[in-house]
Amino acid sequence: MMRHFDNELRDLKLNLLAMAGQVEEQIALTQQCLLERSNAKAERVSQLDKIVDETELKLDQTCIDLLALRAPFASDLRLIASTLKIVPELERAGDHCCNIARRALILNLQPPVLKDDSLKRLAEETHSMMCRAVDAFVNGDGDMARAVILNDDKVDDLYVQIYSELLRGMLADPLCIERSSHLIIVIKNWERIADQATNIAEEVLFILEGINVKHRYLQAHPKA
Amino acid sequence: MLACQNLKIEFDRKPVLKGVTLDFPAQKISAIIGPSGCGKSTLLRAFNRMHDLTPGAKVTGSVTLNGREIYDGAEDPVLIRRRIGMVFQKANPFPTLSIFENTISGLRLSGVGNRALLHEAAEKALVDAALWDEVKDRLKSSPMSLSGGQQQRLCIARALAVDPEVLLMDEPCSALDPIATAKIEELMFRLRERLIVVIVTHNMQQAARASDRTAFLWMGELVEEGETEAIFTSPKKSMTEDYITGRFG
Repeated sequence: MMRHFDNELRDLKLNLLAMAGQVEEQIALTQQCLLERSNAKAERVSQLDKIVDETELKLDQTCIDLLALRAPFASDLRLIASTLKIVPELERAGDHCCNIARRALILNLQPPVLKDDSLKRLAEETHSMMCRAVDAFVNGDGDMARAVILNDDKVDDLYVQIYSELLRGMLADPLCIERSSHLIIVIKNWERIADQATNIAEEVLFILEGINVKHRYLQAHPKA
Repeated sequence: MLACQNLKIEFDRKPVLKGVTLDFPAQKISAIIGPSGCGKSTLLRAFNRMHDLTPGAKVTGSVTLNGREIYDGAEDPVLIRRRIGMVFQKANPFPTLSIFENTISGLRLSGVGNRALLHEAAEKALVDAALWDEVKDRLKSSPMSLSGGQQQRLCIARALAVDPEVLLMDEPCSALDPIATAKIEELMFRLRERLIVVIVTHNMQQAARASDRTAFLWMGELVEEGETEAIFTSPKKSMTEDYITGRFG
């Protein structure tokens, strides 16, 4: 039986997807503004952030309204409750993109610090994780959500590798300390975006299967 | 614990309950939900042998209270109904009796005549039913002067006065406003300390907020039962999901 409520939930999903699409674009732009040294794309990241913030407010209100007026249960409840958690993750990811874009405007005035493609790989992994987390939500794909969660370790390793490389560079050449410091903030923001993609994937599993996969160490050792 | 095993009930050979096995633990409020005609009320009424009075009704299987079979031929249905009280959808106080006499009517039927004892029992039952403060100055008035919610709490007091072990509630709030409903639900939480409470309700919000365990029946069969929190957030059966989210029924 089709309910009017189903239309409201469909609209909620569509608005969430629109927000996710804007954040995905922001992440792609951070890569371009930094690696292609495009200040115009850095500006675009900030422009998109206003839309993301507006969508956050709209979705927050929609979720509160649906909880109050529809008193949802089961999968409906899980969808709305998780949307209330996914939305701030996306909004924070947008903020991280703005942080990267601001640093890019400074870094673009100076010579590159790293010669290899490690930055590109980190940016691509992060972007891919967010896209796949959103795809898992759209397609109701639990396997894809699990793959995103597992991928976080790869991003963490890449982050540590680049961080160590930057540290070595700063020790060897004090003239690159300022550039490297900005870059450390950039990679930290990408690493955080990957964490947010992981959190979204965890919410997708809660929506699909009603299971909470967060903080597994607490479930393995509940008295710890 | 109240429990039924493979409980089957038919009326004029038409099966209404098709082998339900279910436990109702002590100090818990258990809700029975399901669409109209699924057998919820039939199940509830089986617990205090109300079908004994229905022509054409046949009950097979087992219902036990603390391990004792209530359908044992040696058991007196009247005594069973003292141990297992029931409150109905529509408040049904005796209109010709006063509030006081309504409260102690079960005790009078049991042969208790000591006036002091009856007064003490009436006050205790009305306090337990959260009605005492509202009626203590008009115990001799007609129950028909009370509001619908008060009448329902009077019926609960009447059931409590005989000190039952189980309280069965068949849609007790369906005719009540939200304030009266909240009072009944608060009362259920207090009674849970010492009684097994079983409630049949069509109101999903009420089942979710006022019960510890929920059983979902469909066409005379138990589809799913478990902790209320689990049933209303992550039901295991798609049929339960569809019912509680309003997709069918």
